Amino acid sequence: MGQTTAEKIFAAHLRDEPFTGTKVLDLDRVLCHEITTPVAIADLEWRGKDRVYDNTKIKAVIDHVTPAKDSKTALQAKILRDWARRHNIKDFFDVGRNGVCHALFPEKGYIRPGFTAIMGDSHTCTHGAFGAFAAGVGTTDLEVGILKGVCAFREPKTIRVNLTGKLPPGVYAKDVILYVIGQLGVNGATDRVIEFHGPVVEAMSMDARMTLCNMAIEAGGTCGICQPDMVTVDYLWPFIEKEFTSKQAALEEYRRWCADADAGYDKVLDFDVNGLVPQVTYGYKPDCVKAASEMSGTRIDQVYIGTCTNGRIEDLRQAAAVLKGRKIADTLRGIVSPATPKIFQAALDEGIIQIFMDAGFCVTNPTCGACLGMSNGVLAEGEACASTSNRNFNGRMGKGGMVHLMSPSTAAATAITGVITDARTLS
Amino acid sequence: MKKTFGGPAIVLDRADINTDEIIPAKYLTEVTKEALKPYCLEDLKLEGFDPKGEKLRKSRVVITRENFGCGSSREHAPWVFEVNEIHTVIAESYARIFRQNMFNCGMLAIELPKADIDTLIALDQETKGGVDVEIHLHEQQVIARGNGREKAFSFEISPFDKALVDAGGWVEYADARY
Repeated sequence: MGQTTAEKIFAAHLRDEPFTGTKVLDLDRVLCHEITTPVAIADLEWRGKDRVYDNTKIKAVIDHVTPAKDSKTALQAKILRDWARRHNIKDFFDVGRNGVCHALFPEKGYIRPGFTAIMGDSHTCTHGAFGAFAAGVGTTDLEVGILKGVCAFREPKTIRVNLTGKLPPGVYAKDVILYVIGQLGVNGATDRVIEFHGPVVEAMSMDARMTLCNMAIEAGGTCGICQPDMVTVDYLWPFIEKEFTSKQAALEEYRRWCADADAGYDKVLDFDVNGLVPQVTYGYKPDCVKAASEMSGTRIDQVYIGTCTNGRIEDLRQAAAVLKGRKIADTLRGIVSPATPKIFQAALDEGIIQIFMDAGFCVTNPTCGACLGMSNGVLAEGEACASTSNRNFNGRMGKGGMVHLMSPSTAAATAITGVITDARTLS
Repeated sequence: MKKTFGGPAIVLDRADINTDEIIPAKYLTEVTKEALKPYCLEDLKLEGFDPKGEKLRKSRVVITRENFGCGSSREHAPWVFEVNEIHTVIAESYARIFRQNMFNCGMLAIELPKADIDTLIALDQETKGGVDVEIHLHEQQVIARGNGREKAFSFEISPFDKALVDAGGWVEYADARY
């Protein structure tokens, strides 16, 4: 029987199998941010093992609360900064060069097909968009990753999701993944990899594929994986052109990570997106999903556009297309946070920032901030936020606050009317 | 360091309790585990449950439903249990990262079938929250006592998870081996 993408990556990175079904993998990337890494650093110091396995494979960024909002967050940033300097970690991104990790690291070309990566952040599954195995882990796994370059996983099982048809205008990757999570449930993919296939994925840009894979964890999935193709090669080309004689050669190399036609799956699901409409969450779980039209009229206090799910340039373009020439409702606040400096710069160059500002949005620096209620747009008790982020847990964006997840397009339309609105209904 | 397991139990009778509910993100700015101690389960809204109450403070075991610990990968969730001396969680199922984090810290995330959890929760109700749990790791057995009654349940634990608990956690295990 053939192999899935995850099985191929596991076989190629297997360091040890201490017990049947427990696979200890060599890591190509250990990614770090200032929230979950400092305790690992402190523990390594306490153990007298303040070392790193390979300072070229470790990448670090300050992204969750930046610039620091208080003494505690300043200390977290300082611990990470001092550690990166001490170990000569060149790919460390501080204030001015920093952005949301799952947008920044791919943009720098750090993730390649067939790679293994871990990070102390559950949305690390995003990087599977490149045909990699990337998993969110806790601080202890991160600590061992930093020290030894390995991480243990159970033998992966894979759910294959075939996305067929063609996305209707005004319907995006975010709507697809919200719909899929609604079908799978919040633990429908626990201990599973979700492999995305089909013409819908093939037609998606890397930005859209990252949106798709980003929310695999919301169904409990270890990683979301897309098959590497020419879209992947085109995105990575500036970083790999010296490694390959041509794009075709790169594609041939990367294709070996594609799942075999006779690979064995835990489950195969087929979704036809032809009739899909914009999706919005209700309630406090990301599988509580409805058509945006069914939620229309729901009052909103804040619109938040950004994050590792939907803070990339395509997302901002999508929102700007709706906002252009319009003003946001005076009953709400609009906040946009481009996910990286490069995205911010592109949005400036393309006039997108101007559109947001003319509409009445507050434009913030790249940061995770409001998505997890840490800074830059925390909700007050009883307030509701229309957000392009990935979690609607009770209190996620601020104690007593409500979060409705949606695409940038739906969020922009909602900003204009002040209530949840399907962008396709705006005249 | 090897942990001790078992003791008075608290029931959290809801599925999908996420790590934001176990420890809200605003406390992730702390850089020591001990600093998390007062905030255990602070955002969990559950009838009859008080995160600041005596009951939670005296509990050493959490009994709960499906998909416990879903959401964020924050190991602050197992840590907030650890510093409150809750070294054992018994649930129908777990989110992968939370479960791994528990064993990585040398703590127990025990899985029991729904019927067993139903029995444990019924016993908790009968005893008005007076269930005491004993864990026999190598016999793979949970013994719950309350009101002079005793119920035994057997559980599965993988050899790897058992090795992590015996070693005191993944850092100790990996450091000795890799």
